[in-house]
Amino acid sequence: MRNSESNEIMIKRLLGSVREYKRASILSPILVTGEVVMEVLLPFLMAKIIDNGIERSDMKYVWRMGLLLLLCMLVCVAFGALSGHAAAKASSGFAKNLRHDMFEKLQSFSFSNIDKFKTSGIITRLTTDVSNVQNSYQMIVRIAVRVPIMLISAMCACFYINTRMALIFLLVAPVLLIALFFVFRYAYPIFRRMFKKIDQMNNVLQENVRGIRVVKSFVREDYETEKFTSVSDSIRKDSVKAERVLYLNSPLMMMSIYSAMLLISWIGAKLIIHGEMTTGQLSSMFTYMMQILLSLMMISMIVVTIVISRASAERIVEILEEEPDITDPEDLEKEISDGSIDFEHVFFSYSKKKEKSCLMDLDLHIRSGETVGIIGSTGCGKSSFVQLIPRLYDVTDGCVKVGGKDVRSYDLELIRNQVAMVLQKNVLFSGTIKENLMWGNPEATDEDMIRACKIAQADEFIGSFPEGYDTYIEQDGSNVSGGQKQRLCIARALLKEPKILILDDSTSAVDTATDALIQKGMTEYRPDMTKLIITQRISSLECADRIIVIDNGRIDGIGTHEELLRDNRIYREVFESQKKGGDR
Amino acid sequence: MPPKEMHENESPFSRKNVKRLLSYVAGKHKFLLTVVFVSIIVASIVAVLSNVFIKDLVDDYITPLVKKAATSGTASVDYSGLASWIRKVGILFLIGVMVEVLYAQIMMVISNNVLRNVRDDMFRHMEKLPVSFFDTHAHGDVMSYYTNDVDAMKNMVASGIPAIISSVITILANLVGMFVLCWQLTIPVLIGSFLMIAFIGKIGGKSAKYFVRQQESIGALNGYVEEMVNGQKVVKVFTYEERAKKAFDKKNEELCKSSMMANTFGNIMMPLSDSIGRVLYVMVAFIGGFLAIECGLSVVTVGVIASFLQLTRAFIEPVSLLSGQINEINMAMAGANRIFRLLDEKPEEDEGYVTMVRCKKQGEELVEVSPEEALQNAGSKDFVWAWKHPHQDGTLTYTEVLGDVQLFDVDFSYDGKKQVLYDISLHATPGQKIAFVGATGAGKTTITNLINRFYDIADGKIRYDGININKIKKADLRHSLGIVLQDTNLFTGSVMENIRYGNLSATDEECIAAAKLANAHDFISKLPDGYDTVLTSNGTDLSQGQRQLIAIARAAVADPPVMILDEATSSIDTRTEAIVQRGMDSLMEGRTVFVIAHRLSTVKNSEAIMVLENGRIIERGGHEALISEGGKYYQLYTGAFELE
Repeated sequence: MRNSESNEIMIKRLLGSVREYKRASILSPILVTGEVVMEVLLPFLMAKIIDNGIERSDMKYVWRMGLLLLLCMLVCVAFGALSGHAAAKASSGFAKNLRHDMFEKLQSFSFSNIDKFKTSGIITRLTTDVSNVQNSYQMIVRIAVRVPIMLISAMCACFYINTRMALIFLLVAPVLLIALFFVFRYAYPIFRRMFKKIDQMNNVLQENVRGIRVVKSFVREDYETEKFTSVSDSIRKDSVKAERVLYLNSPLMMMSIYSAMLLISWIGAKLIIHGEMTTGQLSSMFTYMMQILLSLMMISMIVVTIVISRASAERIVEILEEEPDITDPEDLEKEISDGSIDFEHVFFSYSKKKEKSCLMDLDLHIRSGETVGIIGSTGCGKSSFVQLIPRLYDVTDGCVKVGGKDVRSYDLELIRNQVAMVLQKNVLFSGTIKENLMWGNPEATDEDMIRACKIAQADEFIGSFPEGYDTYIEQDGSNVSGGQKQRLCIARALLKEPKILILDDSTSAVDTATDALIQKGMTEYRPDMTKLIITQRISSLECADRIIVIDNGRIDGIGTHEELLRDNRIYREVFESQKKGGDR
Repeated sequence: MPPKEMHENESPFSRKNVKRLLSYVAGKHKFLLTVVFVSIIVASIVAVLSNVFIKDLVDDYITPLVKKAATSGTASVDYSGLASWIRKVGILFLIGVMVEVLYAQIMMVISNNVLRNVRDDMFRHMEKLPVSFFDTHAHGDVMSYYTNDVDAMKNMVASGIPAIISSVITILANLVGMFVLCWQLTIPVLIGSFLMIAFIGKIGGKSAKYFVRQQESIGALNGYVEEMVNGQKVVKVFTYEERAKKAFDKKNEELCKSSMMANTFGNIMMPLSDSIGRVLYVMVAFIGGFLAIECGLSVVTVGVIASFLQLTRAFIEPVSLLSGQINEINMAMAGANRIFRLLDEKPEEDEGYVTMVRCKKQGEELVEVSPEEALQNAGSKDFVWAWKHPHQDGTLTYTEVLGDVQLFDVDFSYDGKKQVLYDISLHATPGQKIAFVGATGAGKTTITNLINRFYDIADGKIRYDGININKIKKADLRHSLGIVLQDTNLFTGSVMENIRYGNLSATDEECIAAAKLANAHDFISKLPDGYDTVLTSNGTDLSQGQRQLIAIARAAVADPPVMILDEATSSIDTRTEAIVQRGMDSLMEGRTVFVIAHRLSTVKNSEAIMVLENGRIIERGGHEALISEGGKYYQLYTGAFELE
């Protein structure tokens, strides 16, 4: 009962994506019906021509009916072609809408949502699973309409010829239904498991494609191949297991029909001898039986497609039904007054399960326009700390305020537009430099871009490329160096003209001199912008008003360079470790 | 391996592609395929026999029995003849069903094997492709080969091929029957069906184009999704969601269009060929009637026409069945076409023949020993790695692997247009630490890419222990080079497994020792499951710095004579770095090390510092010397600290 209910919900959710292709989806079965009707009509006309025309040598009649026959054929082809087109349109449109809806949903996902599915899982759902559903949808609006009509008309004809003998079908039918049910029950869970393994295979693939430099430099090609082939083989095994049963389906149908045919011959022969039936009736009975057999084979094919696509459909709905973790509140604040930031007793941990918080009781107030440096050891929570500001994650306890109001009270887009963040792991996308910069501001003019790039010290090297700002950046920016990537990312962030700018260790691959120029440029360009700079280089913090030292998820010290140097042990150690290099 | 030829705008139906696909099917399954072939023939015979089933039943049994019943009453009819005939037919049908089960199951197994083999071959080949392939292909598109394109082949192999074989057999059997019955009528049927096949082939060819386009659109879409999901943080930070949706929709629309066109053509095929078949059928009736009535041809009787029509129907059915398969064939070929393109990508060249082997020192001589023996004497100083160099004159020389790297006038360009390195010459003696310093984009990483042969030099020479690196087998060359990159890539698996990646035979203790060396032990111990903590999605739960520490441990466990550290510590804070540095120092001891770093403190104690600018080495020397020189290095160095 529950199962059928959840099925209903699933189907409803899926069909919600048909939208503008409703017309084609309805048109297709209607056209198919037309096609089938014509098809049924054709042999009827042929018989008429032979019986009334040729037998009676009525050439006029032959020509008249011949023309009608031709017309019917043309209509039949037209219906067939149109329904084929409508079905193609309906199913590919439906698939398009499904992908659109999934991608849209995806964009509202938080990171924990994405982690749940993994990139590889999301990709298979968007392509393979949608293709499966598309196939079965096309089948439903086309063949699944055609087959029952054929089946029913053939059955009716059988009953019309001889009711008692047609009852034999009633013996065969339950056997078939039960068999189909068991096939479905058995194969479906295996397909679900197989799809999970396909996700796994995709994961291995993705790691290899992305980490090929590591694989190659450790000469682990064979090791990786082994990993891949073992997943690949387990996919094969599951697929064989499930299909073994599915492929028994059509012989089973054949078997049932053949038995029915033999039964009919036996009983039919007796009936004919007793004069209760004619030979002609028996032979047309067989013709219809063949039609029934064909229809049943088609049905078993449809069942196979649906078994596979049901597993896929569920996976699609899982994405569509996933609730994004981070959502907008009811009454949105439409404006951010200034760039002040307040952390009030903030606790944070990445997963609710973990007992140990990543940030503990963080209390901090930053004025608008202030430049704050953040320093701390690897894994101390610096990055987690700043990611709370543009709500990449939400606090576990306490609250983060921007412009005096809780970040959760703002429109998500507003807060992210006003807080620019240059991430530690810089990502550029395949496209030209210009296109990448436009991420910051789609309306940016060339002058804006050049200005931002000058501040980020990127203009010079962009100018050295033969195609300048139109230089094509490969995926992940693999054709620019780490430092160039970082500077492009900074320029991209500056183009947003934000109230708050966060640099998360984003100049680590830039040399110190350039780094200093970037810092200086930013201060001159936008003195009112609040700046948070995470860094490991004390030299980068020269222009910071205050420096925060974070250790183990807690604030260990706040103050100016001099104050910290005097009072804070960690800061002093960091300073010494860098100074030592300089003194010797 | 089939011969490699380069064709532009190759049609997916090129003979070469078809052959290659078939060789996958036939390759390892010759015996099974013979069984399938025989089964299909048997099944086809049963099918043809079941066509005459009714005729036999009526003519041989019912009619005589009816006659008998008419003469001597229904009670006297003996049904035993009919019963035994029905039993016989029943057995025949059973055989038919059984062979059907047999070949369907075999083909199912074969098709799954083929898919696995294709996937495995692709992966094996992909692992051999040069790094440049991965740099220039969308990752998601590459992944699409393994799922969408392989899937496209599946139906064709599982059901398409048997359908083709059985159709061809049925067509031939019926054709023979038709010729025997009346050759005069067969000719128009042949002409008609040729036209039909040509027509269908034409449309099929047209739709092939759209199937190819569909597979390519899926690949492009896959690529886009992969990139966007991986860069999700950036997407969010820049509130790029709406624009991402728009760009996605554009690609989605393209896919929808090509998929619609491809499917429309595919869907039209069946009704079209059906009605052509019907026209043919009617035509036979008319021509037969005409021949019988107008020309008075004695061979053409009404009975012959009736039987001939039956055969025509049986002849046309498989033809239209075949045309129904065109969809699947087109799709399969479109997928295969892309798959073969990947398989034809030129693999990394490796003409190296110098290998790295274990040797035992016996005085001045090096004697090759088995790896087992070397393993047993792991601690011993007498057992060393050596280059085994077979010469053209048939002699062998062994050179100890020391880590002496020399570059002579090396030039390089990534794309053949823009030169990135000019005249780079340097000599790193064993145990020496060489640092590359310079502005971003000066070419520092590129030099290391050349030493491990991710890319090959355009001009000049690189020698490793005096051997031209082109002569060294790539796998052995890379084994001898440890590398830690700025972008750390970790793999799904436990922390321990990730460290062991550097040396698969390392024990847990060795891995932990390496982690201690890299100073990763402390934080790993604090993880919920310690070394057994499973990392997913490139270790997203870890900080960038922690990931780097694991990467350093991974390199440490490999224990190579030469190390390349490309910004290895850039994400580690200086205090931790100072601690790591101690470990690193002991790690670097006795090894040749190439260091790339921006923090000059990391670089300072290198024996030689190379200052790079625009692809050239402009200054070189020790720290003191360069400082006193007062050049670029001096500027950089003082620039770094003038801020204090």
